[in-house]
Amino acid sequence: MKTVTPRKDLLSFDDMSREEALAILDTAKPFKDLFTRSVKKVPTLRGKTVLNLFYEPSTRTRTSFEIAAKRLSADVTNFAVSTSSVVKGESILDTIDTLQAMQVDYMIVRHSASGVPEYIARHTKASVINAGDGYHAHPTQALLDAFTYREIYPDLQGKRIVVAGDILHSRVARSVFALMHLLGVEVGTFGPAPLIPPTIPDYVKVFTRFEEVLEFNPQVLYLLRLQLERQTANFFPSMREYHRVYGVTTERFRRIREMGMYIMHPGPVNRGVELVDDVMSYERSLINAQVENGIATRMAVLYHLTPEVKTRSGETEDHA
Amino acid sequence: MRETILSQGEEIEALLQKLARDLHAAHGDKPLAFVGIRTRGVILADRLVAILKPLRGHIEQGTLDISLYRDDLDNLAALPHIEGSDIPFDVEGATVILCDDILFTGRTIRAAMNVLLDYGRPECIELAVLADRGHRELPIAATWCGARVETRREDYLRVHFKETDGRDDITHYTTKEARETE
Repeated sequence: MKTVTPRKDLLSFDDMSREEALAILDTAKPFKDLFTRSVKKVPTLRGKTVLNLFYEPSTRTRTSFEIAAKRLSADVTNFAVSTSSVVKGESILDTIDTLQAMQVDYMIVRHSASGVPEYIARHTKASVINAGDGYHAHPTQALLDAFTYREIYPDLQGKRIVVAGDILHSRVARSVFALMHLLGVEVGTFGPAPLIPPTIPDYVKVFTRFEEVLEFNPQVLYLLRLQLERQTANFFPSMREYHRVYGVTTERFRRIREMGMYIMHPGPVNRGVELVDDVMSYERSLINAQVENGIATRMAVLYHLTPEVKTRSGETEDHA
Repeated sequence: MRETILSQGEEIEALLQKLARDLHAAHGDKPLAFVGIRTRGVILADRLVAILKPLRGHIEQGTLDISLYRDDLDNLAALPHIEGSDIPFDVEGATVILCDDILFTGRTIRAAMNVLLDYGRPECIELAVLADRGHRELPIAATWCGARVETRREDYLRVHFKETDGRDDITHYTTKEARETE
């Protein structure tokens, strides 16, 4: 039987092989097929507990994980940080100890500081999924993007993608770069020079003019959300200026459509900033497909991970 | 390791023919849906449908992947690769012939029935297997059975099909090491 060796945590793509990434993506397809059945749940994680531990506000990602976990028959608890003892000064480790005592099997962690999910993963036997940490990584977003891309091009080897926008403040960009590169996709980026970090990986081609993007002719143009809440310094003059120089304007949209490029965006969209309204109804916009595919992809990730604690038998297995 | 081939080639074909004829006789003109359990149950279903098509005309077919419904996921060293199920017909009210190559503990069949019931409420489910090797752990019995094979609990019985293995036979292995050659 063809099998996949399980891992405990999903924190980034640093320690992942192409084979493993493809195994997760392949698994997401049968999960998506479940959604057409009369009963959309499977009993795979029955009796397991999934905890959403979000130190940063999020509705879309948290809901996507919650639905994914519930469709695997897990019990889901949302740890609402603003109403918890964290605001009373409890440290992250104290919180983890408390949750450990509650026999949690999977923790979905989002935090504004890079590295917190990894820190938690080292201190818990539960499987930890990084749902976004600082500017570091957001691996399940990249996986659902790759899944969506593969629905159109099953073999991504030699395909091209350009990620456009605020790379500096984007954990999504970092994970998309890493995973697409892992899958053999040629990666380019386009955005305001101050928002392209100097630490960008060597394999990423940096474009400064939109004409260069058109020459590169990617199958997918991936627009990042301009993180309005993170624009504390003046990286560019104004929203209108950003749209004119780096966004998908009406004129650029015409070119994109002529060339048959697909558009992706991790959402939520700032209309009139990253893209004009018309893009939302574009037949090659994959934005809604990305949201839909998020659930199946996250089910595949939950299935793929194996916590150290075996709650049924009480035995502990060492995966390190 | 000792292996004994119990039936092969023409003998397998004869078992399939008998299974198909019995099924046909029992169900008359009633529409049937054949659902195979991955991997070799799918082939059993294909073979039975190929025999029955000239007699009955169109027959619904589907495949089941039971990986997500297994009761031993916690104890496996490696995760089973999921292919997914494919049930392209309406299960509601259907007469389903569930097909698998071997009936052993009955746990696979339990899981398969649960998968099927999540697609809808069939009028009835019958079970067709090529070989029944005994040692049930659940109260499950085959409706249609090609061959009954005496085995010890620790033995290993394997059905080979041309489509997957290049030959048709039922092979009985009498040491545990046989499992590791899998």
